[in-house]
Amino acid sequence: MTKPYRLLALIPAVAILGAPWFANRIEPRILGMPFLLGWIVFWVLMTSVVMAIIGGLDDRNP
Amino acid sequence: MMISLGILSATLLLALLLSMRGARSTGGTTSLEQWSVGNRGFGTVLVFMLLAGEIYTTFTFLGGSGWAYGRGAPAFYIIAYGAVAYIMSYWLLPAIWTRATAWKVLSQSEYFTRAYGSRALGNVVAVVSIAALMPYLVLQLKGLGIIVSESSYGAISANAAIWIGTTATVIYVVLSGVKGSAMTAALKDAMVLLCVVGLGIVLPYKLHGGIGPMFTRIAAEYPDFLTLPSSGMSPSWFASTVLLTVLGFYMWPHTFGSVFTARDASVFRRNAALMPLYQLVLLFVFFIGFAALLSVPGLEGADVDLALLRVTRDAFGPWIVGLVGAAGLLTALVPGSLILMSIATTLARILRPQREGQPADSATRARLLVPVLAAIALFFTFRGGSTLVTLLLMAYSMVTQLFPALLASLLPHSRITAAGAIAGIVVGEAAVAVTTLGGMSMASLLQGWPHGITDINAGFLALMLNVITMIAISVAFPQTTNGPQRVAG
Repeated sequence: MTKPYRLLALIPAVAILGAPWFANRIEPRILGMPFLLGWIVFWVLMTSVVMAIIGGLDDRNP
Repeated sequence: MMISLGILSATLLLALLLSMRGARSTGGTTSLEQWSVGNRGFGTVLVFMLLAGEIYTTFTFLGGSGWAYGRGAPAFYIIAYGAVAYIMSYWLLPAIWTRATAWKVLSQSEYFTRAYGSRALGNVVAVVSIAALMPYLVLQLKGLGIIVSESSYGAISANAAIWIGTTATVIYVVLSGVKGSAMTAALKDAMVLLCVVGLGIVLPYKLHGGIGPMFTRIAAEYPDFLTLPSSGMSPSWFASTVLLTVLGFYMWPHTFGSVFTARDASVFRRNAALMPLYQLVLLFVFFIGFAALLSVPGLEGADVDLALLRVTRDAFGPWIVGLVGAAGLLTALVPGSLILMSIATTLARILRPQREGQPADSATRARLLVPVLAAIALFFTFRGGSTLVTLLLMAYSMVTQLFPALLASLLPHSRITAAGAIAGIVVGEAAVAVTTLGGMSMASLLQGWPHGITDINAGFLALMLNVITMIAISVAFPQTTNGPQRVAG
């Protein structure tokens, strides 16, 4: 694979698809939210961060 | 009542005016390319508004809060699938865009015609497109009726609202095309953000003393509501449904068509980082649903979709109700306008296929189709009955069946033929129909198997049959000439 940084995208994808196995509980609460919801929200935010990093490293973007 | 009515009318008027601005800036006679894909000149912001405009429909607004209210944790899949879809979009959308732009195609059906060099495949895709989009449009109109009649405190009946909303949509789609939708989408995004984020924060505090205390009460009164159950809507249901929804996400013909409006491919790579943030609006939609569960319990069946409007009416005066109703109105009008445009463009291109060296097609034919299609949608809205409900249940699964053939069209050395693609889609759609109409699930097909397997979304079965058929036919009848047209991407 010529662009290994692309693999970063797998991290939020796996964290979200696997959420019910990693995080299917109420406690500890995150900002008052049940843990499962907080986990998903955190990884949606991280998706944005990761895609911005990949976009920054990608030389096709001006 | 008068206040909320005033806000609703003012919003409709503002939406019309904004779309006119979109129309005026184009001027003169409009080509179909200008009307349906904005001359492929949209930058990151306009494409963002268009994609966000499409994705946040009445379902997000009413259905998202309804799911949180009625089902609890399974609703979280609605936040999850968007994020995964945006990851995929980073690579998928530029690849589609590169080919679509080189071929100058204007509809999804046309994309498939060119990708496989087969008009028959294009026509099959057009049938799937229209069969899935029509019920989706009707759903938007029904949602619009509910929103307006609830937020005008019954002063405007649902039917009257549907007539007025549809007429307004037809006017602005005919006049200004996709540019008008993008402008209205901007207004919609602003209002949805204001209302949903505002209500999502204020309601839990006002009614239950904060987000933490609200969830503490729900956990006490409804144990098991905030986690996924071990069977039924279980972890494997969640993961398989998210994955399946991701595959279908960009297969909606109007979403696929929005891709063509972009100026360059990096627009999508930038949006892949932006869109997940907007996805978080749904979190506040859930907060509203949960707040409603404690304050206005007892809604059941289809009525759970009223949770957001009921709790707003209970907690606030007509000013806020009017604003929320107006935001809801726009969540029906914007996607509705894009769906209408998508069907009209698909049909216009089938009636008069694109040929090399021919002068640009005018938008007149597509524009004339818009009121006709709207009339058909109105007919189904008032007379549809159960056929429509069934079609709607199938619509997402139906468009998802286009994914294997799309993916094959993007692979550099694909040997998938047009015949293989057609056979795969037909078999996939048949499987969707059989499982949906027969009420079949993996659990009924695989009795006695563990929940980890039987809770997998039955949509995967159709998709697997589709892929197997597509490959089998392509291998059995390999194409010697007229191979698929490939463009480096």
